Amino acid sequence: MPSAAAEAPRVSRVHLRAIAGLTGPAYVWLALTVFLPLSAMFYFSFLSDVPFGKRVAVLTLENYAAFFEKAFYRTLMLRSFRLGAEVTFYCFLFGFPCAYLLAKTVKGRWREALFLLVILPFWSNALVRIFSWTMVLRGNGVLERLVNWLVPDYGPLNLMFTYPAIVVGLVHSYLPYMILTCYISLEAIDDSLIEAARSLGARRLTVLRRLVLPLALPGILAGAILIFVPVVGSFMEPRILGGRAGTFIGTIIEDQFTAVFNWPLGAALSFLMLGFVLLILLVALPLVRRAT
Amino acid sequence: MTARRRGLARAGRLYLAAVLLFLYVPIVVMAVMSFNASQLYRLPVDWTFTWYLRLAGNDKLISAGLNSVWVAVVTTAIATVLGTAASLAFFRYDFRGKRLLQLLLFPPIAIPWLIIGTAMLVFFFWIGVGRGLHAMVLGHVALALPYVIIVVTARLRSFDPHLEEAARSLGASPWQATRRVTLPWLAPGMVAAALFAFAVSFDQFVISYFLSEPGVSTLPVEIYTAIRKGFTPEINAVSTIVILVSMALLLGVARFYRFAGER
Repeated sequence: MPSAAAEAPRVSRVHLRAIAGLTGPAYVWLALTVFLPLSAMFYFSFLSDVPFGKRVAVLTLENYAAFFEKAFYRTLMLRSFRLGAEVTFYCFLFGFPCAYLLAKTVKGRWREALFLLVILPFWSNALVRIFSWTMVLRGNGVLERLVNWLVPDYGPLNLMFTYPAIVVGLVHSYLPYMILTCYISLEAIDDSLIEAARSLGARRLTVLRRLVLPLALPGILAGAILIFVPVVGSFMEPRILGGRAGTFIGTIIEDQFTAVFNWPLGAALSFLMLGFVLLILLVALPLVRRAT
Repeated sequence: MTARRRGLARAGRLYLAAVLLFLYVPIVVMAVMSFNASQLYRLPVDWTFTWYLRLAGNDKLISAGLNSVWVAVVTTAIATVLGTAASLAFFRYDFRGKRLLQLLLFPPIAIPWLIIGTAMLVFFFWIGVGRGLHAMVLGHVALALPYVIIVVTARLRSFDPHLEEAARSLGASPWQATRRVTLPWLAPGMVAAALFAFAVSFDQFVISYFLSEPGVSTLPVEIYTAIRKGFTPEINAVSTIVILVSMALLLGVARFYRFAGER
């Protein structure tokens, strides 16, 4: 976003009115639909019951206590974070080389076309893409056929309703994020820097480790955050691909709102999840920065 | 050395092809299965148009589809206008709190939809807005606004503010200068932003899921329900159509918005 401090006109009263008139509608909307609801939910997380109709709700810490008392919630929270970490790692592992090849080896129209091809599936409905994986991964599905064609007599292969199925589906859903963010920061690296390092005798791996990775770090981190946060909170993907194996903190939170109707507990679990995500980002980001 | 470099280049191309294959396999499988007569997705494919014909008679899916389009169109109109106005303010004026306002655009993108969706459900229920298509529009605009502002701001970055000044000094009112000089120049950015907003809304599942009333839902919510209940192959047909529409939208965006940077 631009910070045209030098060129921007001085703020007068007339300008203030213009600023309020131009930004007001958008931000009032955001306040009413995002920030107030989040505050309301935060408030609900401290209530014993929903304050609708004649129900009596008192302030309590019970909902938060429930998380720390029952090992069940802790296990699921850890499971969700593990899933987030694994999916993010695989997205980096497969996405970074892809972004590098696109940004540094492909040129011109081809690059634009390939780039569009990479983000095109990302534009299609996430739900639909997850559903289509069920037809690939199920017993007697496309994957089983393919494996048996490559390795005759491999036998049946059914990945549906397993942990790996959830990981495959999520990596597929979020891989374009990592490719996109890495591509943007890789494209900004001056090719002559890499050539200079090479001509001074640095090996390819050294160039990658000492030059490319550190310079691409902002893109990698942006991609990692954009993937890690939603994956920790995912519920639809584990439900469709995981079946019984797909119980995570996200599905438990969804249950509180759509099946069990314990909204205060759902709210408390949501904020605990958000809190842990922020904590991890606050601890991990400086560590990663220092390491490179 | 050159032989080795050529080998590396070939390996790179193979790798790109493998990643693309991974990205497209499920989509292609879905499209093919939508033409498969077997309800259990048996292979090899037994080609048929049955599912598309059945779709034409499926009132539930059709009304959900029309709801999706309605919500997306209304969302697009509101988000594009509000977002463009806010971007203009950010571009023209430097004021205290600008950084804060810009930072406030990130929570709607960065907080998991599960949390935003449930928070909207709780709040809308509490203040009496309730659930339904109007609630979905409220929610979808909030999700689309940050994208609109980011895209329009990117376009504005290469706009020369002196053009507006020139128009003003030649006697145009501020409104005239905006309408005759700034907005025509912004048009491609606004079209890209509008297509973005439409896609965000049209593909949105999580928020719609929590804000849908029984009986009134959008296509993604209906598809989810069908999948959970034991799906019918018609879902493949409608999903294939949804995917084609979404992809056509992105190709539309790409016409107006350079994704891959400078050519």
